[in-house]
Amino acid sequence: MTSMSKILGAAATLALSAGAALAEPGLIIDLGGKFDKSFNESAYTGAQRWVEETGGDYVETELQSEAQREQTMRRMAERGANPVVVLGFANASTLEKVAPDYPDTNFVIIDEQVDQPNVKSIKFAEHEGSYLAGMMAAIASETGTVSFVGGMDVPLIRKFACGYAQGAKAVNEDIEVIQNMTGTTPAAWNDPVKGGELTRSQISQGSDVVYAAAGGTGVGVLQAAADEGIYAIGVDSNQNYMHPETMLTSMVKRVDNAVYDAFEAAEAGTLETGLEVLDLESEGVALAMDENNEDLVTEEMRTAIDEAKQQIIAGEIEVHDYTETDSCPVEM
Amino acid sequence: MTKMPRWADIALIPLINLALALLVAGIVLLFIGQNPVEALQIMVRGAVGSTYGWGYTLFYATNFIFTGLAVAVAFHAKLFNIGGEGQAQLGSLGVALVCLAVPWPHWLLALPAAIVGGAVFGAAWAFIPAYLQAKRGSHIVITTIMFNFIASSLLVYLLVSTLKAPGMAPESARFPEGAWLPSARELFASIGIEFSRAPLNVSFLVALLACWLVWLLLWRTRLGYEIRALGHSEPAARYAGISPPRIVIIAMLISGALAGLMAVNAVMGEQERLLQDNVLGAGFVGIAVALMGRSHPVGVLLAAILFGALYQGGAELEFETSVPRQMIIVIQALVILFTGALDNMVREPVTGLFLRYGKRKPAPGTPAE
Repeated sequence: MTSMSKILGAAATLALSAGAALAEPGLIIDLGGKFDKSFNESAYTGAQRWVEETGGDYVETELQSEAQREQTMRRMAERGANPVVVLGFANASTLEKVAPDYPDTNFVIIDEQVDQPNVKSIKFAEHEGSYLAGMMAAIASETGTVSFVGGMDVPLIRKFACGYAQGAKAVNEDIEVIQNMTGTTPAAWNDPVKGGELTRSQISQGSDVVYAAAGGTGVGVLQAAADEGIYAIGVDSNQNYMHPETMLTSMVKRVDNAVYDAFEAAEAGTLETGLEVLDLESEGVALAMDENNEDLVTEEMRTAIDEAKQQIIAGEIEVHDYTETDSCPVEM
Repeated sequence: MTKMPRWADIALIPLINLALALLVAGIVLLFIGQNPVEALQIMVRGAVGSTYGWGYTLFYATNFIFTGLAVAVAFHAKLFNIGGEGQAQLGSLGVALVCLAVPWPHWLLALPAAIVGGAVFGAAWAFIPAYLQAKRGSHIVITTIMFNFIASSLLVYLLVSTLKAPGMAPESARFPEGAWLPSARELFASIGIEFSRAPLNVSFLVALLACWLVWLLLWRTRLGYEIRALGHSEPAARYAGISPPRIVIIAMLISGALAGLMAVNAVMGEQERLLQDNVLGAGFVGIAVALMGRSHPVGVLLAAILFGALYQGGAELEFETSVPRQMIIVIQALVILFTGALDNMVREPVTGLFLRYGKRKPAPGTPAE
């Protein structure tokens, strides 16, 4: 008993000396892993860029399962991390519950809206970027069939698919767009093998351009496309470098900028809560053009995309957002 | 003196096992360039150094008490129930259905109903393997582990279809406010003590009650005697007029019900809605807890708190240092390995030492045997 109380005493002393709060920003990497070459990695890159440019420090942790969300968020907040950035729609209901407990901490959620006074919600106009990707796919396609591989079957991913289909049909009314989802649970974000299988099946149905919006699963999609020699379009991060011969482009979603800006704004004390939508105009979404795909992008594609981009920004083309109606106006 | 004193059996051996596990874990940490002493400090501080740490340690411990008791009861009947994971998942479903079905006015009403819901669903899930074992001879280890996968798939299916709440994530709607269990923070606040926001809740008291009831069952009732008799020797039990199939089924039902009760803590106490992988391996940790606790409720309680501390300390370690997540699982696995699987490696030499020491100079106060 004496030794037990000694241990407890020692622990209490340690606790007293460790009470200091830090005011560093915190980033919770979501399921699928930090180096998914896509969504999470983009956020990680943004945080790293902030570290390099400002010399600041941030706390980071990686989720391993659904049920850890709450503890991870609370631990970040308890330790005084501010703001706490969480990635992905799956955090919404947990954040709804945790945020009111920490009124002095700001939270940033990406991809979903949480209405709490201390939460900043950042959404992207994925349908606009995907529309441009669809146009490029339709121009590149020779078979008249293009395809889409989604990760988890949720409205957000259907939003990608729907924008893509609209873009493709805008170029070629008769084009066929095949759509497949990898799964219905978060495991679908990290299943490259199934991603590859779906791609092969789409190729056998005639597709010669595949667009992957599937997190880590996309790695398998892009690999299968490269193996079979068809074009592929990456997502979230610029994935053009992965297979320079077959990567047509990547629909880049600037999660990195969102994280970077959130960190920077928090440091300057100017972080505004509420909803922010990053679209084509604010360059929150864009098609990646670099030295890896310059040989694949034709002049026709460039002009068509630039024109459409301007028209979308000006409001002349209205791309339908799947999540607004839970339906897509074009057939897939 | 023919065997070790009781205190050595109950306390010394587990402590030596734990020390060995930490030693090996420390060597592993050295290999990946971390300071083991510092890592241990972070783990201890994270687990028991604050009310926040205690709140999580005891929250996890509550899960492990239920799953540990589940394994322990089955052990006494010589049944190796490794289906705690699946039974707890079905228990989650039972708890969630109870909580969602009725707009509960107060948690005092919701809690007993949820306990029944979790226990019935957990027991029902254990019934099928139990029946197959008792009547058909299908080995319980094989069937219970297979049922874990079925339970997991069933839950996924329900969460993406019928139980799915509006929104994108595969989870159920949040329980009505009357079904939220009071947290330790609220309980302590009512007596004027400041406690961190941690998910520790009244289910911990339910777990303590369960420990007592299991002890009562096993050592103070006729059924408990029959369970233990069957576990010691089936022919002897049969000779004494005990029906083995009946006891196998009853023991497994109790075991499954205890595993299912875990959901009262995790699902009702913390998440307040049904998530996909809410058990987080507690069903398997329960095996280690029961082994380390020598299948006795008090041992299970202490072992569960130790594993709770390991879980919480591990989470802190991951948060505070660059020790990769996988390494933390390695440390936890080492403790399980040493306390569970390699128990005899320590037990035999220590028993030998005691016997030699005991022959020369019997400890004062030890009754001659």
